[in-house]
Amino acid sequence: MAGIIQIDNLSKQYGGGTRALSDVSMDIEEGEIIALLGPNGAGKTTLISIICGLVVPTGGTVRVGGHDIRTDWRAARRMIGLVPQEIALEPFETVMNCVRFTRGLYGEGRDDAYIEQVLRSLALWDKRDAMTKELSGGMKRRVLIAKALAHRPKVLFLDEPTAGVDVALRREMWQVVEGLRKDGVTIILTTHYLEEAEEMADRIGVINHGRLLLVKPKDELMGEFGRKTLTIELDTALEAIPSALAGRGLELAQDGRHLRYDYDTRADRTGIARLLGDLAAQGITVRDVSTKQSSLEEVFISLVDDGDKNSAAEDAA
Amino acid sequence: MMSAINWPGVWAIFHHEMMRFFRTIMQSLLSPVVSTTLYFVVFGAAIGGRIQSVEGVPYGAFIVPGLMMLTILQQSVSNASFGIYFPKFSGTIYEYLVSPVGWIEVTMGFVGAAAAKSMMIALVILLTSFFFVGVHILHPFWMLAFLFLTALGFSLLGFIIGLWAKSFEQLQLVPMMVITPLVFLGGAFYSANMLPPFWEGVAKLNPVLYLISGFRWSFFGLADVPVGVSLVAVAIMVGVCLAIIRWIFATGWRLRE
Repeated sequence: MAGIIQIDNLSKQYGGGTRALSDVSMDIEEGEIIALLGPNGAGKTTLISIICGLVVPTGGTVRVGGHDIRTDWRAARRMIGLVPQEIALEPFETVMNCVRFTRGLYGEGRDDAYIEQVLRSLALWDKRDAMTKELSGGMKRRVLIAKALAHRPKVLFLDEPTAGVDVALRREMWQVVEGLRKDGVTIILTTHYLEEAEEMADRIGVINHGRLLLVKPKDELMGEFGRKTLTIELDTALEAIPSALAGRGLELAQDGRHLRYDYDTRADRTGIARLLGDLAAQGITVRDVSTKQSSLEEVFISLVDDGDKNSAAEDAA
Repeated sequence: MMSAINWPGVWAIFHHEMMRFFRTIMQSLLSPVVSTTLYFVVFGAAIGGRIQSVEGVPYGAFIVPGLMMLTILQQSVSNASFGIYFPKFSGTIYEYLVSPVGWIEVTMGFVGAAAAKSMMIALVILLTSFFFVGVHILHPFWMLAFLFLTALGFSLLGFIIGLWAKSFEQLQLVPMMVITPLVFLGGAFYSANMLPPFWEGVAKLNPVLYLISGFRWSFFGLADVPVGVSLVAVAIMVGVCLAIIRWIFATGWRLRE
């Protein structure tokens, strides 16, 4: 079945010659949460902006619910809600009127009962008559979400939803997103916070230099690219790594009682069994072992680094 | 089946803009009333006392259409330019660009509201003038028609200025440097027939002269240029402005990257 969003060979070159997107293609399934990760200037916001209608692409096509965003833009845009990165609200307008206004723009009649439901779910109902200029930064961001939901969109774009937001509010925002997922809304978010992607996303796309490096289910990505660290606790402290164990990338912790061994989960042989055997052969008694999965951040850095090397190689060629 | 025009979208923009006007109703209406009173005192009483009448119309009454035109031109341009510039300045313009409203809906909403506001102010000025001079309107229908078309034409022009402007300075520049001089030189306070022949020819190059002339005709049956020419002039202005706005939205100039 075709995805709710189909992106084919999408490209964008700005007037100054900057290439912001190069041949990006991907399908986004209905009801999933997809996180787009990438450093600053990678092309994440450009991608979102094209789909939403803020930026005109120089090549490729995007279809939302089967509607082409350029030829059938009205139908495509009715399906989309956008929460922009920057907080932009009419300062002298009340929260309620702001949301009503957006609903009107999308061609929907007045439905205060639905707006009440949205405002309550975002803990904004008590502030419905407050002017937006009186609200805190976190509340303003929630007003932007309420506006984006005003017309019951099928697809919601969240561009850096928790940028500059404190930890407590970030958690609160994740709960809001989780609630939307339960309502069946497809969510595409861009983020710098890997923790955020790890916490919320079903799939993760990594973008760098305008290229989509990969899109994979989060767990698969973690499994494929994840490195693990084995920590071996020793019965007796060592002063140095025995020469028989040299060349395996072992590290001895400062207290001499912990050995750390990095291994690749994708490798045919992780080398763990051999290492433990060799330790026993050296008469070193193992007291305990533990493993730790590398974080998404480490996965991400390794991917972006590889991407940079490939780009450099292409440029050199 | 979706309607070709998103009417709730038009209404949302129109209503939103009108609410801004009503929030500051006192200053929106009071300031033009005060300045009109001043004009009547200066031009009507002080200068009018010496001029007596122009082409048989008492000078105080003669300047009423000009004053209304001066206001409608200034208010239409400033309301429409500010209306669209403010979302650009505050960043809320994104909403108009991502929602299912096109150039027609956005223009109808913003320009309709700007024209409605300036017409309301012009009518308040007309009411104010009744306190100072006896004004009889010969062709009330045409008076309203000219009022509407002029408000529409200059609101469209203001809308273009708001789309073009990148700063508040630019927003003020065109009204200050172009609109106000054109109105003063367009016969707001005198008849072009009072000018020497050469300057009368020059004055007829000023498009605002045609608007004021047509408008004055609706009051007194007197015109510097034929009424048909005035109507064609304002119709051309509306058409050209609409074409420019359509082009701006189609290309995304100063709106989309």
